[in-house]
Amino acid sequence: MSANTDAVLYDHPGPRAKARNLILTILFGIALVALLWWIYSKFDEKGQWAAPLWKPFLEGETWTSYILPGLWSTIKAAAVAMVLSLVFGIIFSVGRLSDHWWIRIPAGAIVEFFRAVPLLLMMFFIFFGIPFLTEQPMPPFWAVVIGLTLYNGSVLAEAFRAGINSVPRGQSEAGYAIGMRKSLVMREILIPQAARAMLPVIVSQLVVLVKDTALGYIIGYTELLQDGVNTVGANFGNIVAAALVAAVIYIALNASLTFFAGYLERRSRRTGKAPRVGAAAGPTEEATPVVAPGGGLSGGGGIA
Amino acid sequence: MDVFSDSANIDTYVTGFLWILKLTAAGAVGALVLGVLLAGMRVSPVPVLRGVGTAWVNIFRNTPLTLIVFFCYFGLYSALGFELSDDIDTNNYWLGVVGLSVYTAAFVCEAIRSGINTVPVGQAEAARAIGMSFLQTLRIIILPQAGRAVVAPLGSIFIALAKNATIVGTIGLMESSSAMKELINANGDAVIPIFLVFAGTFAVVLIPTGYLFGWLANRLAVKR
Repeated sequence: MSANTDAVLYDHPGPRAKARNLILTILFGIALVALLWWIYSKFDEKGQWAAPLWKPFLEGETWTSYILPGLWSTIKAAAVAMVLSLVFGIIFSVGRLSDHWWIRIPAGAIVEFFRAVPLLLMMFFIFFGIPFLTEQPMPPFWAVVIGLTLYNGSVLAEAFRAGINSVPRGQSEAGYAIGMRKSLVMREILIPQAARAMLPVIVSQLVVLVKDTALGYIIGYTELLQDGVNTVGANFGNIVAAALVAAVIYIALNASLTFFAGYLERRSRRTGKAPRVGAAAGPTEEATPVVAPGGGLSGGGGIA
Repeated sequence: MDVFSDSANIDTYVTGFLWILKLTAAGAVGALVLGVLLAGMRVSPVPVLRGVGTAWVNIFRNTPLTLIVFFCYFGLYSALGFELSDDIDTNNYWLGVVGLSVYTAAFVCEAIRSGINTVPVGQAEAARAIGMSFLQTLRIIILPQAGRAVVAPLGSIFIALAKNATIVGTIGLMESSSAMKELINANGDAVIPIFLVFAGTFAVVLIPTGYLFGWLANRLAVKR
């Protein structure tokens, strides 16, 4: 995405620079291989490459009874929380932009509060605290989903607000001029353009959401980390191997999400122009991470 | 607020937040050093270094921090025998710092790289024109300007780091969220005050910190 600027940091290599770069490449290549070899031998020393530790992953039963059900629970919680937090984000971003102070101020306070409270603290309160108040057990699934929704919904609300503020004024003025009400201007003009402009931020926040489902492990929701790493690790004594396999699954899941976003972005660029982001955003500009447009596998910069 | 008139409970609360503070401080230093290094690698003329930087970012940014911290304990410590201290708490603390640093460094790297993109091309061209090498250009011309541009995103990253520090509770450190869980389980009649005190502490510290970084970013921004 930044090939034009990166290449500007050094001259186009001449014969000497080419030779030097070759030497450096070889030196660092050797260092890298040495490092990988060191990690390999450390694993080897502790017998982590032994076949019995890795064999379970070649057997269908490990996948069908542990890893895939865990992955399914992860995806289920992530999908429900994604939908709910997008809804939460839209409602509260519009609330913060309301003309009535009695909507604007509470909406702002709620968003700021949930953005500042650690998600794990929130989940602990929902899972361990709420049952004391309602005198009913809280299903771990809903503790995870509600926690994810409140946190990521609040971050998304800020992203949407920055996006709505970034839409040129002429757009909403034109809407009012042809007699639209504020709600119609919001719904038909501002939010669609804001969503398109903030797509990279929204997607990287959704990646954060997928990763945060792993917190469910701590409150006993049987997702990928619990089923695929903890249970598999306990059954076969191969916790390192299981953790590495789970990491690969998470990375593939998130990379495909990012890839899908890149595809959406290319498509939306074809059909219309997205407004430029970055200038507006009001007093809480820090809510908008600097996002290099373009995307790819490493696009966007969600707030961890 | 009967819960907080008991000095043992106050102790739990204070110790919890002290761990968060220590984790955040050490994690921020580690992530910043590692992140700047990675960003330098990702824009360098040596393909191997670029590859390592890219791989690091894509691996650690897409892996849940919970899994990384989990791996630091069960993988690095239990299975591979990396021991960082004899004391259990100190050992868990440093394992947590390692996990937080390698994870957050990926975000710092990306923030700095996008900061580098905000520096006008002419700056780098001028540096090259007077004969500066890649390292000189990066160190003297580009990074100082990029650093000023990324104060706001770095602020968000460090605030996220402070919140993420609670995840180290997974490996048995009594940080604030584990402390809150313990207090809630012991005092079922005062769930709401306990939550409000713990969550409120985070909110009272982190919300102004966010505005502080926003103000700082404005002040330090390179006026062009």
